[in-house]
Amino acid sequence: MYVAVKGGEAAIRNAHQLLADRRRGDRSVPSLTLEQIAGQLSLAVDRVMAEGSLYDTGLAALAVKQARGDMIEAIFLLRAYRTTLPRFGYTRPIDTAAMLVERRISATYKDLPGGQLLGPTFDYTHRLLDPELAGDEDPAGPQSRAGADEAMPRVSDILAREGLIEEDGSLPEDREPGDITREPPEFPMQRDLRLQALSRGDEGFLLALGYSTQRGYARNHPFAGEIRIGEVEVEIDVPELDFPLTLGRIRVTECQMVNQFKGSMKVPPQFTRGYGLVFGQSERKAMAMALCDRALRATELGEDITAPAQDEEFVISHCDNVQATGFVEHLKLPHYVDFQAELGLVRQMRREYEERQAGDETGAKTGERQEAAE
Amino acid sequence: MVSRQERQAVAERRREAMAVLAAAPGEDLLDLWRDAKLPDGAATLRGPETGLVALRGRMGGGGAAFNFGEATVTRATVKLPTGEVGHAYALGREKTKVRIAAIIDALRQRPEFEAAIEEKILAPLRDRRSAADAARRAEIAATRVDFFTMVRGED
Repeated sequence: MYVAVKGGEAAIRNAHQLLADRRRGDRSVPSLTLEQIAGQLSLAVDRVMAEGSLYDTGLAALAVKQARGDMIEAIFLLRAYRTTLPRFGYTRPIDTAAMLVERRISATYKDLPGGQLLGPTFDYTHRLLDPELAGDEDPAGPQSRAGADEAMPRVSDILAREGLIEEDGSLPEDREPGDITREPPEFPMQRDLRLQALSRGDEGFLLALGYSTQRGYARNHPFAGEIRIGEVEVEIDVPELDFPLTLGRIRVTECQMVNQFKGSMKVPPQFTRGYGLVFGQSERKAMAMALCDRALRATELGEDITAPAQDEEFVISHCDNVQATGFVEHLKLPHYVDFQAELGLVRQMRREYEERQAGDETGAKTGERQEAAE
Repeated sequence: MVSRQERQAVAERRREAMAVLAAAPGEDLLDLWRDAKLPDGAATLRGPETGLVALRGRMGGGGAAFNFGEATVTRATVKLPTGEVGHAYALGREKTKVRIAAIIDALRQRPEFEAAIEEKILAPLRDRRSAADAARRAEIAATRVDFFTMVRGED
């Protein structure tokens, strides 16, 4: 029989103290500052903000430090923090065409207004470890080039002029955008809710699903129509003022995926689109999101649902890494009573099985005789 | 009688000033505020308090709106002894900055302070911001690809 017990307080307290010690590491090495983390591990901070679904570089840097660099733990910390704050309202939709662009590339058009701007990219590096970075030497400052301040229209708008690409994506005029942080998910789900879930979804999970679509599971011939990274202004309407307030700027990555589409019963042949929008400089995630967004539009476009990436309930229910880690990791918490019950059950089933086996052996000869008779 | 156009112009100037204050780095605003030596007496009606706003994007960039995350925002409302009420909202959690921004918003409504605020606080903030943006644009422009066609020697 199992008797409920208390205990472990001292062990837990000491474990957390040990954690704090190990997190700090060698005391002769200076402690990391949040400015160092936000400034020099900025893409880690961006990922924590994106999947933590909270834009605040200082808090994300603190989460990375507290989590000892464990990204999902840091994301969890940020999600937990956001539940402690009141919600002031919803912003106006950001205008990515008016972005202060830090990178902008298109794989579909070589010459486009505003040009191809590589920005601070890992692309075209040789992926060789650089021993010099192990030292403290400062790199040379960046180059500058005076340039005309050219407008940078979205590539999708350029393609739209020919009428061979679908429009940006609409929902009924009177629809208030859904919010997965306020309403429990219901399937089938509207695209606005799916995009919200994908934007905070796990990069690795969405990357793998996006990859699966390229390999033939819901193949949809994608081109990176445009990727742009930069800062956009955030505006909000508040009751106390009769004009929209500017709150400041946030950095986002936007991906416009353009997909060949041979048409269906519902839709003529044209290019269709998938959309990715993610906090920070998060190019891989934005691309994966756009691939998944397109795959999840299968029903809308009249495509057969044949692959995991098209299965809305599967993708949306499993893309959140805080939910996923919560359920997987809860397995390590004490299940002593559950297990005791299971143990009793398995013992009983085993006993019954063995009894049946013993019974079958004596009954086997009778059975053989019966078969022969038939 | 103030015309509708004038009221709109006043509102637009206020909107722009509040945007400059919201975008200002906290330290810059605090330094300029100290140096401007403006009266800082104001009753706090609300905050400064930090909360969240849900951020919205548009599918495909220009389509239907969707929520894609949240951001921390701090807001404050103050009232001058003379009765003007000032508001401020800014991304982040800088309470001192936002409270000062609200005082500046209130003081701006008094004609005797408007010019000083413009000259000592708003103009320098605008200049710094446009200089920083221009520097960033120039750095990014240096990474622009200049395509050229190789001579293929076919003709």
